[in-house]
Amino acid sequence: MTNGKSWKPWALLSPSLSAVFLLLVIPVCFVVVYSFWLRAPSGGDIPAFQWGNYAKFFADFFYPSLLIRTIRVALETVVLCLVMGYVPAYFFYRTESRFKPVLMILIMLPFWISFIIRTLSWINILGDSGLINHLLLKAGLISSPFSMLYNEGAVLMGLLQYLLPFMILNIYVSLDGIDKSLTEAATSLGCTEWQAFREVTLPLSLPGVSAGCLLVFVLTCGTYLPPMILGGPGNDMIANLIFKRIIGTLDWPFGSAISTLLLGLLGVIVYTYNRYLGINQIFKSLR
Amino acid sequence: MENEVKHHLDTVHEAFNEKKISRREFVKYLGMAGAAAGLVGGPFGAVRNAFASKSITFHGWGGTVAEAFRNHAFDPYLTASGVNVVSAAFTGMDAFLTQVKASIPPGGEFNLAHLSAVFDYARYNDLGFGVELDEAKIPNLAKVMPKMLDTLRDISKGTLSAVPYDLGQTGIAYNTNMISKEKAEELGAALLWDKTLKGKISSWGADFRTNIWYAALYTGQDPNNIKDLNAVWNALKQQRKLVKKYWESGAELMSLLANGDIYATTAYSGRVATLQKQGHPIAYMAVPNTYSWMEYIYVLKGTDLEVAQSLLNFMLEPSCSIAVAEAQGYPSSLDPTKVPMPESVQQLPAYDPTGKLDGFLFADPAYWNGHQVEWAEKWDRVRAG
Repeated sequence: MTNGKSWKPWALLSPSLSAVFLLLVIPVCFVVVYSFWLRAPSGGDIPAFQWGNYAKFFADFFYPSLLIRTIRVALETVVLCLVMGYVPAYFFYRTESRFKPVLMILIMLPFWISFIIRTLSWINILGDSGLINHLLLKAGLISSPFSMLYNEGAVLMGLLQYLLPFMILNIYVSLDGIDKSLTEAATSLGCTEWQAFREVTLPLSLPGVSAGCLLVFVLTCGTYLPPMILGGPGNDMIANLIFKRIIGTLDWPFGSAISTLLLGLLGVIVYTYNRYLGINQIFKSLR
Repeated sequence: MENEVKHHLDTVHEAFNEKKISRREFVKYLGMAGAAAGLVGGPFGAVRNAFASKSITFHGWGGTVAEAFRNHAFDPYLTASGVNVVSAAFTGMDAFLTQVKASIPPGGEFNLAHLSAVFDYARYNDLGFGVELDEAKIPNLAKVMPKMLDTLRDISKGTLSAVPYDLGQTGIAYNTNMISKEKAEELGAALLWDKTLKGKISSWGADFRTNIWYAALYTGQDPNNIKDLNAVWNALKQQRKLVKKYWESGAELMSLLANGDIYATTAYSGRVATLQKQGHPIAYMAVPNTYSWMEYIYVLKGTDLEVAQSLLNFMLEPSCSIAVAEAQGYPSSLDPTKVPMPESVQQLPAYDPTGKLDGFLFADPAYWNGHQVEWAEKWDRVRAG
């Protein structure tokens, strides 16, 4: 006879587990199964079990090159978000201002506006007849519009505005859990402010940094809107390729194979991350 | 049984609209009828069908095109018949086809779609999404240009799954402040390869056909029978170095041209007409063998044909068709030799006063659909550099 305690956690977890199973595990299984199918000439699908879609991906360097570019852009985005996100997060942690809640809401504010609208708005800022060029031309600082859109820089800008809040909030949550008396103790024992930050605050905030970096990296790998709207001809990422294969040519099997490869790669990265940094460190930041 | 339930639900819905029954009673009847009908149909199918005779869905292009249909076709049809056309914009034909393919049963959740290009008519029919329209119930079909009807009938074995509605082209648009008319006409398709316009050229990035079509013209070939494909790919590789940005939607095309981000591009004729109406210095050029297409209202399998045919006949009434044509910027499918067209329609790009469409070159469905995967993938590589 089982005691009452053994089934209670499962009963409590069952809504979440059901949701994960129905909305994540089953769809991912569908994608994996589709990746072995064949595309019919009409655009329909033919059930099969063959590795041709995977072989096609590796047979031509074009496809892996997009994956490599995606990883590179994701790493660049992580570095930019980290550099630009740590300072505001630290400021929120230290400030005693009564406006702190308002400032926190400002960080969340972009989420109230559609991601597409936020991305499109950069065209009005960075475009040839956008705000910046308009002001520079008006001030006589340039004679012809300065080209700022439709390149990798613009894509990074779009990714940054999308992902920076995730980094700031993750780091802030981690910093907020640090007892401020620890840094006070360090300074009272002779540390300078900088040493106290470097030796005490920074190491204790690393779980939040890890969480932010992983989140930003994974989200960047799966995004396709900024490259599509703000990128030029050579700025497509792997998600754009998946979109084109699934939507453009109705080649669901090949699109599924690329999705499965991306999923596998991200799985390996998360596993490695866990191995060396410990995924539990990430959860600590959420406590 | 299902029809009976539908009838009862319509009656209850009507009574609720007329305030004869309370909201609470309406919901009660709806729940009871829904549960009963659910036993004989798919989940939620009965409730959805209950409203079918009072509404029909329509998927089409967004922006000015959607407004044209709403203001000049759907709202007047609601007034005339009491049937509401629930319209939604799709991001493109490929995206919509994916939605239809993914629906359960495929096509079952969709009714009418405003599709472009004959090759898509073939794709929808090949995938089994088509219906057989009863042409006797759409008498206004007699006013449509015969070539447009025959083109569709040839694909669907003498029957129609759609009615042709308007004409369009993907021609060349250019900024008249930056490029003279003389230069544009002298260069023709080569304008899109003009090195002096480096960084100011664009094209429809999502569509391999448009790019291959114009590269074929640039290299002196028949787009429906390309002999030297390498020349086409080489031309597209050259062009890519001059391109600032490939546009992905009609709205983006208009934005790039209107903001002066690009000076020359392949462009939908109707969108250029809209830009011209708004006063932008944009000209449209239809070079010989310009990429032409006809748009049609496709009826998807599972649609209430009585309602669909009634709506299509209404939309083909000259007063409605002409008003939509004026508003969306694409000439009507009605034969100008049978239905006099106003000056405003005659001035639209792609208008053919003869009604014979002799000078129009459409994409050969078998040829283009047969090469779709291979060319789309190759185009992605070229585009990415």
